[in-house]
Amino acid sequence: MAYKRQIDRLPIPPADAKVHNVTCHYCIVGCGYKAYTWPRNKQGTTTDNAFGIDLGEQQPADGTWIAPSMYNMVRQNGQDVHLAVVPDEDCVVNSGLASIRGARMAENRPSRVTGTQQQRLSDPLVWRNGVWQPTTWNDSLDLVARVTARIVTEGSEDDLVVSMFDHGGSAGGYENTWGTGKLYFDSMKVKNCRIHNRPAYNSEVHSTRDMGVDELNYSYSDYEVTDTIVMVGANPLETQTNAFLNHMVPGMRNGARFIMVDPRRSVTVNACEEVAGAENVLHLAIKPGSDMALFNTILTYVVDQGWTDADFVAASTFQGGEAVGADSAHPAGLGSLDFAMQDIRTSLAEGAEVCGVTEADIVKAAEWIAKPNEDGSRRKCVTGYEKGIIWGNDNYRTIGAVVNLSLATGNIGREGTGCCRMGGHQEGYYRPGDGHVGRPATYVDQLLIGGGGKIHHIWACDHYKTTLNAAQFKRVHKRRSDMVKDAMDSAAGGTREQLVDAIVSAVNAGGLFVVDVDIIHSQIGQNAHVVLPACEANEMNLTSMNGERRLRLSERYMDPFGNSKPDCLIAAGVAQHMEAVLREMGNDAYADQFKGYDWSSEEDAFMDGYHQGNPDVTYDRLRVMGNNGVQEPVTGFENGELVGTPRLYTDGVFTRHGRDDGKALFCAAGWRGWQAPGKAQEEANHEFWINNVRANIFWQNQFLDQDNDFVQDRFPYPFIEMNGDDMARLGISTGDLIEISNENGATQGMAYPTDTAKPGQVAMVFGSPAGSQGNVVNPGVNELVLPDYKHTWGNIRKLAEAPPQARAISFKSKEYTA
Amino acid sequence: MRCKKMVDVGRRQFLRGGAIVGVGAAATMMTGVQAQAATPGAQVDYPSSKLANIADLTVNDPVDIEFPDADSPGVLLKMGEAVEGGVGPDSDIVAYSVLCPHKGWQMSYNSDDRTLNCPGHFSRFDAESGGQQVWGHATQNLPQFTLRVDDKGDIYAEGASDLIFGRPSNVL
Repeated sequence: MAYKRQIDRLPIPPADAKVHNVTCHYCIVGCGYKAYTWPRNKQGTTTDNAFGIDLGEQQPADGTWIAPSMYNMVRQNGQDVHLAVVPDEDCVVNSGLASIRGARMAENRPSRVTGTQQQRLSDPLVWRNGVWQPTTWNDSLDLVARVTARIVTEGSEDDLVVSMFDHGGSAGGYENTWGTGKLYFDSMKVKNCRIHNRPAYNSEVHSTRDMGVDELNYSYSDYEVTDTIVMVGANPLETQTNAFLNHMVPGMRNGARFIMVDPRRSVTVNACEEVAGAENVLHLAIKPGSDMALFNTILTYVVDQGWTDADFVAASTFQGGEAVGADSAHPAGLGSLDFAMQDIRTSLAEGAEVCGVTEADIVKAAEWIAKPNEDGSRRKCVTGYEKGIIWGNDNYRTIGAVVNLSLATGNIGREGTGCCRMGGHQEGYYRPGDGHVGRPATYVDQLLIGGGGKIHHIWACDHYKTTLNAAQFKRVHKRRSDMVKDAMDSAAGGTREQLVDAIVSAVNAGGLFVVDVDIIHSQIGQNAHVVLPACEANEMNLTSMNGERRLRLSERYMDPFGNSKPDCLIAAGVAQHMEAVLREMGNDAYADQFKGYDWSSEEDAFMDGYHQGNPDVTYDRLRVMGNNGVQEPVTGFENGELVGTPRLYTDGVFTRHGRDDGKALFCAAGWRGWQAPGKAQEEANHEFWINNVRANIFWQNQFLDQDNDFVQDRFPYPFIEMNGDDMARLGISTGDLIEISNENGATQGMAYPTDTAKPGQVAMVFGSPAGSQGNVVNPGVNELVLPDYKHTWGNIRKLAEAPPQARAISFKSKEYTA
Repeated sequence: MRCKKMVDVGRRQFLRGGAIVGVGAAATMMTGVQAQAATPGAQVDYPSSKLANIADLTVNDPVDIEFPDADSPGVLLKMGEAVEGGVGPDSDIVAYSVLCPHKGWQMSYNSDDRTLNCPGHFSRFDAESGGQQVWGHATQNLPQFTLRVDDKGDIYAEGASDLIFGRPSNVL
């Protein structure tokens, strides 16, 4: 049954409704919205309202409208108020467009009145006598601090394992990365840490940074004035929706051609064909994992044709052969174009063979990107890449190969160019130095699986859904944390000291004490002994930057749910309790390291962190800049406005690697087939490639969407797109529940017949709470511990006929057809 | 691109309904706080609009309609087999708003796979699954009109399952 809201009327915001700036806290694009709030007992009229338009008339296409998902009733300063969160027509990012994620921000707020998101955590929980008992902040933080202080002083800080988000938006942002960063990298020097989506504390894009090129170097407006858009392992219509609709589509309407590199045909390809015409869209449906070979082949062809931007290469790139040798921290050498070409050179025939595409299509791509116009002028090209290669084969060299081509053709730092990751979350990273972590960093999942670590602090990460080798990880994590639960149960009725003793004994015997900070009681949170409730953007003020480095303050318009708090203030609470406990233990020197957290608000954390490094930037100034904000880096404050940087490297000086010469480096991206251990063998031994894909309807691992009726009605089970012939051969019908298995584990989902799915290739939605794709991903990573989630092979069998919920939904093609 | 046939939508009836709402609103503003003689209902009162007669419909041939008023275009469809929310002797007649609930662009019907498709941003909805969004940007499924068929085979629209794009109330 299609979900019906049965809503045929909504309250109208009055003219005097409060208005707040909101940056969507979901994807990296960071669309601008306006949040209207007004008292419970007030309303506007069709003629006198906050929008200043006649709502008694049908609004035209693109006109102002509050969809029911944009409405809720929430707490604000202790009062129930109406809330409408509506896309901002004046924001240059989205120009009034809303995605299927952002347009649900209001209804995904917790409300005691309307009953939405009652899964949100309202109070700290402590494992007590077999249940999670709600308790006070003091009680829960005291336990966290007493156990943590005992373990790190009896052993070392290496016994403390930390999983922590590094992103903006959601519950991230400069405030919260600083709060957590100060705790673990300044007060302590924790090196056994990892990030929310990968098993180590590392960059996802080491190579582009080592080459001198920051991964976010353009402005979205560059898409509108370019000649060619190249997407590599990205699906922007679904995952950076309004960067595509509001910037790439206008670019194509202005004549840009579009090249998509992706083994799978996505709805983005379909939309590009609709906009630009199929003759202006080139879909290079390469063999999985062969991106590097493709870009090496294109670059070789471009070099041989003399289509490089010789002036740019001479002026802005390194000329002296090898600059950085390959070593344990650098999976490829870096240096001049000539130096890199020694390893890169790939003939058209070789490239076509490895990639499974025609030589003619590779030549066409090279021409669209780099063949000068008849008058000798150069074509402009913007390149975007994302998880297809970031979570793909040979991360370092593959990203290097993509950036190589942009550098060689002078397509960075100029209007209509850029070579950027598309991004997932927004960015919002501001932490003390992480040099002590090392490179390569600890493979934290393997450390935990091997019995390492005694305490696990988890900040807004759910590895149950989003790590690799997840089946084994979960088994071990649960077994180790259960040891501590049992110990706590055994200490029932005892003193705090006896409880801590019991926990310490258990972790010394191989157990794991787990503290989980999150907005919901997550799947990994089921293993936690202390659960601390956090709040999100707009329940606090939050600053982040989007995929074109656009910094905004997304304002608080409602109270945190229950007694939940911003992560930065939770980190401060941990620090303050650590200081008190360590002083009580007589360890004054160590206790002193935990001073400096006397923050009463998230703004205090912002001023303590980001502001110190960027003294022009304050909340008040960001508030003035509104939803258009300012593009980082901020260079000054003039005439009442912050001055930003629309595009990096306009002077041709490349700095991200920290080299004094300001010259970009090329990556000697030699092709070596499957890089990560175990991939080649897994491919040989299984029938299906299990692609790991996103869908626009879900945000991340569905942590909020799992409690959203509209979303769960559409996909009651994780979809697995599958070719009809493959389904018929295996006796699988539409909507049947199927299992994917291999030596790493098994997972399950719902067969979604898909005409465009190639035989032997299925596409399973990532991160589903009802079926973790990570269960079947092997533990293979690259030299810098970047996982290759995308390359997994397994066998498929039918588990059950389509259940009623699956039978009730549409299984038609996702592709637009006029 | 609109559908092929136009049918009398009972314009007189919905104009009358609209006038009643208008008078009520004006009176409220003039008197400030005093209740009207007729207490407003908790639900929106829809007009009963005659869309077509069953005899006018052929399977998979879309008919343009307007409901609950002339500014709200929709489509009336006979699917040929029982579908979600279908009425008539074969439980196969359905009607939907054709304003995309994302940004209000007018959608067209694809008779090949029986979907409504938005040219603005590529969203699409399944006419055979209660207007469920197959893929797209909207945060609701298509408003499906509540239909009644009388003894003569006349089909009336008398309600909607969801809010229609571009209005704070389905009946303005």
